[in-house]
Amino acid sequence: MSSREEILAKVKLNQPAKVELPTLDFQDLNKDLLESFKAVLASIGGEVIEINSLEEIKNYVLNQARENAFLYSEVNGIDFGTKGDLKDLDFLLIESDLGVAENAACWVVSKSERVAPFITQYLGIVIKKKNLVGTMHEAYNVISDRDYGFGVFIAGPSKTADIEQSLVLGAHGARGLSVFVVNE
Amino acid sequence: MSFKETVHSEAALKFNKDFDRTTWHDETLWFVRQKRDKAAFGVPDWEKLRNTASQIKHNVISNLHEYLIQFEENAIKNGVKVHWAKDGEEHNAIVLDIIQSYTKNKNILPSIVKSKSMLTEECHMNDFLHKNGLEVIDTDLGERIVQLAEEPPSHIVMPCIHWKKEEIGELFHKHLGTEKGNKDPQYLTEAARQHLRDKFLTRDIAMTGVNFAVAETGEFVVCTNEGNADIGAHLAGLHIACMGIEKLIPERKHLGVFLRLLARSATGQPITTYSSHFKKPKEGQEMHIVIVDNGRSQQLGREDFRNSLKCIRCGACMNTCPVYRRSGGHSYHNAVPGPIGAILAPNMDMRANADLPFASTLCGSCSNVCPVKIDIHQQLYKWRQVLVKEGYTPKSKTIMMYGMGKLMASPKAFQFSGKVGRILMKQIPALVNNKLNPWYLHREMPEPPKESFGEWYKKNRK
Repeated sequence: MSSREEILAKVKLNQPAKVELPTLDFQDLNKDLLESFKAVLASIGGEVIEINSLEEIKNYVLNQARENAFLYSEVNGIDFGTKGDLKDLDFLLIESDLGVAENAACWVVSKSERVAPFITQYLGIVIKKKNLVGTMHEAYNVISDRDYGFGVFIAGPSKTADIEQSLVLGAHGARGLSVFVVNE
Repeated sequence: MSFKETVHSEAALKFNKDFDRTTWHDETLWFVRQKRDKAAFGVPDWEKLRNTASQIKHNVISNLHEYLIQFEENAIKNGVKVHWAKDGEEHNAIVLDIIQSYTKNKNILPSIVKSKSMLTEECHMNDFLHKNGLEVIDTDLGERIVQLAEEPPSHIVMPCIHWKKEEIGELFHKHLGTEKGNKDPQYLTEAARQHLRDKFLTRDIAMTGVNFAVAETGEFVVCTNEGNADIGAHLAGLHIACMGIEKLIPERKHLGVFLRLLARSATGQPITTYSSHFKKPKEGQEMHIVIVDNGRSQQLGREDFRNSLKCIRCGACMNTCPVYRRSGGHSYHNAVPGPIGAILAPNMDMRANADLPFASTLCGSCSNVCPVKIDIHQQLYKWRQVLVKEGYTPKSKTIMMYGMGKLMASPKAFQFSGKVGRILMKQIPALVNNKLNPWYLHREMPEPPKESFGEWYKKNRK
């Protein structure tokens, strides 16, 4: 008997009588979605920038970026015009169509390389205000039927507190996260 | 790294020799517990979430056979290769075999970047792969620190919670060439970032653990704050993910419940920075999942203890445990320490872990914070009974308890010995106030009462 069969047989023998699944029925957030998203993101080291047009993002990024920085945009309509190796990526701009107000997480499926949102030094996410939801339950209602190879909820910049519980931003992933919320 | 044979109380005694350090350890973990409370109180549905999570996991363990088959089927459809290991040894052999097949006739560094996986600790995989000529680089900062120090993690979420920054500064000076005496966490983290980024860019083999595996879709979710699992896995041509059979959840939507609970319970964060959903390998990549039993199906058959399989490894029970906080993770000589470790370990080896269920005050704080409502302190109590019945507890204790039982059962003997005891304690206090009496080591003995309650009652009865 293979290990697979052996394990499955033992599990079948030992599992208790079947218990039904509970229903998922939880309260809404009952807070202003954008205000909550902003407050949580600030508390975990990220920032929200409210904008009315994509053009504002480009100006904002170019003002912040160091000279000769390698900036890349996955967002239609924004092109920084810089080139380089992925490993030298200074700033990546990506899109999200789902943000969660209770924890400031944005659902991201990278259009370019999967590693891009992680290897970049700084990350920007563009999201429409109307795509904010209150809780994770609502978020999974949105993506429950979607197909993807890899998707990730990103909440704030990469961080660690492994050294004496001192919070340090920029462990392995992005050192900073700016979420551009488009007012529509 | 594995543990030398030891007993919790003796290891704890050593840990307690440095009083200030013990207090520091205690307070650091209590700080994390307080952060957990703040996060939990901020969610109006918190108790409902815990109940629901517990019920979902109850459904999982009652239907595990079907979920495992469903998960495997879907994962294979997604282009992932699925392997089954009945124990740690087979798990390690499978991992080695996958790597050897992948690297055959290719010019690939025999080196693995690995993110946190308590399962590989449980299987002592690193040692095994080292012996077979493979380098394993732990990439979580805390795990890297204990790996450089040649120690096992002392906590499942905060692996080097027992280390002080001065010592980490010294360790990094020795291994990573940081400046001597620099203990700034920002500086040390940056040094680790540079050191490990080089490893990520040059290694082609990545390993990760699994937080949740979804039967409905065949995908698995890995939660980190640092981003190490993602950088490692997405840059590698080979990604191996290892999971215990109990990591399954039925549907994707159930992730909503668990992701709301996990980080809030663990560190008080609203969610981890990255909750990564791996479904299909990227183009040209090999993705493998190793599903491991290693005693879990046996635990499933123990009615009193099967709820321990609901655990989502948040570590909240450790942060709140007065014994863990003042004895340190290593005292538990098990990959998973603390209260949850103490109910998981005896299933694996009753003899080696017979001491662990006794490393508790049974105060119940662990059960009160557990996000999936495992009755941890009840199980600790039940394990004690099993271990005594099976003869795994020290002889001296058995004899003493037998003697006490006899004494308590006989009113005459009880009254007489009480009287003798009171007289002796009064006349010759050194009989009990000495170092041979373990009770006296940390306490003042009480004044002996003049009379017993029985005597008082007889005198005052009207």
